[in-house]
Amino acid sequence: MASNLEGPPLAIEAQGLVKRFDGFTAVDGVDLRVPVGAVYGILGPNGAGKTTTLRMLLGIIDPDAGTRKILGAERPHDVAHAIGYLPEERGLYPAMKATEAIAFLGALRGLPLKEGRRRAHELLERHGLGYAADRQIRQLSKGMAQQVQILGTLVHQPRLVIFDEPFSGLDALNQGKLERMIRGLAEDGTTVIFSTHVIAHAERLCDDVAIIAGGRVPFAGPVDAARDRIPQQVRLETRAEDGPWRAALPEDARREGPFWNFSLPEGGVEPLLRALIEGDAGILSLSIERAGLHDAFVAIAGEAAARALEVGGEQEAMR
Amino acid sequence: MSGRLSVLAAAWVVARRDFTAILFSRSFFFFLLGPLFPVVIAVLAGSLGSRVDASQERPVLGVAMAAADVEALEHARARLAPALDEELPELVAIRWLAEGESYDPAQALAPGKAKVAAMLTGSLERPVLTGPGGLIEAWRGPVAMLAAQARSGTVPAYPAVALEPVTRSDAAERKGRFATAQGAQTLLFLLTMMLAGMVLSNLVEEKGNKIIEVLAAAVPMDAVFLGKLFAMLAVSLVGIATWAATAGLLWLGGGIAPERLPDPAVGWPLLIGLGVVYFAMGYLLLGSVFLAIGSMATTVREVQTLSMPVTMAQLMVFFFASFAMTQPGSAVEIAAVLVPFSSPFAMLARAAREPALLPHVMAIGWQVLWVVLLVRGGARLFRSRVMKSGPAGKAKRSGFRLLRRR
Repeated sequence: MASNLEGPPLAIEAQGLVKRFDGFTAVDGVDLRVPVGAVYGILGPNGAGKTTTLRMLLGIIDPDAGTRKILGAERPHDVAHAIGYLPEERGLYPAMKATEAIAFLGALRGLPLKEGRRRAHELLERHGLGYAADRQIRQLSKGMAQQVQILGTLVHQPRLVIFDEPFSGLDALNQGKLERMIRGLAEDGTTVIFSTHVIAHAERLCDDVAIIAGGRVPFAGPVDAARDRIPQQVRLETRAEDGPWRAALPEDARREGPFWNFSLPEGGVEPLLRALIEGDAGILSLSIERAGLHDAFVAIAGEAAARALEVGGEQEAMR
Repeated sequence: MSGRLSVLAAAWVVARRDFTAILFSRSFFFFLLGPLFPVVIAVLAGSLGSRVDASQERPVLGVAMAAADVEALEHARARLAPALDEELPELVAIRWLAEGESYDPAQALAPGKAKVAAMLTGSLERPVLTGPGGLIEAWRGPVAMLAAQARSGTVPAYPAVALEPVTRSDAAERKGRFATAQGAQTLLFLLTMMLAGMVLSNLVEEKGNKIIEVLAAAVPMDAVFLGKLFAMLAVSLVGIATWAATAGLLWLGGGIAPERLPDPAVGWPLLIGLGVVYFAMGYLLLGSVFLAIGSMATTVREVQTLSMPVTMAQLMVFFFASFAMTQPGSAVEIAAVLVPFSSPFAMLARAAREPALLPHVMAIGWQVLWVVLLVRGGARLFRSRVMKSGPAGKAKRSGFRLLRRR
């Protein structure tokens, strides 16, 4: 495990990772610190550098600059037996049977084939795919093949699991199943890292996130800390349409139907309430909401990155 | 339960999967069948041809002479037959001529009427052969012998001739071994070219399956590279063994002995052993290059385009090695032995011509060194080219751009 004098032990510690492809800088000085046992999300639109970062962490490609330490090892392949990886571009041998495919993925991580086959049967049964154990991958649906690959990622019982866009290609039912699986892994103490461009998944699952845009990481830390980057949002409904109370509203206040939405002023809620009452606003309702991860993403990564993220999400939904 | 795999152990996992997957695939079955067709056809044609030859009627020589001469000729043939039956024409009396009677042999040979291949007329003193040029030329000697035998009426004593075989002369032996060397070199080249290409198609298929990233994440790329290379080598050896066994069975079953090549200088068992080693070396050297090419290509079409120069270069290497074989001991031969890609061909040819074994030990060591260097270099290129991400990476993934830049 990586040493971390200021906090919990780290499963991954990367500093200043840089990767260039033919003059194009895909990743530009990425720092990551992933605590052991965390569910960690890497958020960013397509082309932001998520996959390249994960590939560098896994040792599939070497960084042009920077250092990485994964489960305490500087060479990722030294701890390959303790890592599970599901790439974004799923790949299995079409002629292999499901059981064999899972056992083979385990064998690549040092699990003896015989034990791999035994565990494969067990995993397939446990996840309702027992009937497909002896079917060739080419005979399975895309979603089923993806589930087989996910099981192959876990068959050797890794301490660290890295999923690259694990939800893409799965229907809503299987997305829910995968979310439960990730929670289960976390409960067992496994560190889970996944990249996604669907913020909702990260919001539901992650303890920490790294927001990546344009090959850089403008934010990395707990989800709550990301949300705290932007002020809380006030939603106000008043009886009076106009009056001296309007002077209490900040500049970013905008009208949406009967409601006013604006950021909570720096002074807090008490001075605001006092000004509204004294200004005869006739408060019908007032709620204060914490910013969502999406708003935090917009505030941190910028509108352009947020739009790219939404476009990616829509394309995914259309698929 | 799982533990860290060494490079060799990881290569074994990759190789085992590739080997069994290819061996039990339909495409490998058809791959095996491909080269067997010419072998089967050649053997069947040879077998059929020899049977046709054996079953063909022997050409018959018609005789139109005086009755006494005809009788004397028949007796002479009967006497000579035990010693010279194969060489003597079958005789059929067409006409017993009365004294002063003449006979035109052309009428016996007229189209549609001919029952004989040629006609013998005249007398025992002045026999005349009429018939197709090649045939009567071949029968000239036997007929003269028959006529002489018939005229003398005596039975010559034919002494038994003792046979004392000697080794061939130096010149004949050199020539024979040259033929063996040439045959071995050509066979090695054909097998290497045909089978090394399999690595390429396997890799492209793998990239198509997108499994390569799973492999690259789990084991070092050197292991992937080694595993694939040695799996395909094992598959190739299975193919060669199958073809050799089938050809052997067909020859045995067809009752045909293959034309015997002169014994190589190191002897057949050692030449075959060295052939396997040099095939492995040539295959690994070429396979490394093809794998590196495969890492740069994303489609079969790109692979074909990129591998074309390598194929042509390999052809040149083969010609170089063949030329070097004709210049034993020259600087050209030494160069062919030293250039890693031509070394297996040059050394196999040398094994057929020269009995010394030490040069083979040294050459194999030299080739192993190059195999290691090329595998490492190929794996490095493979690793740097095979996995790219991001817009620029995808746009510039093509090997064509790589070639343009370098």
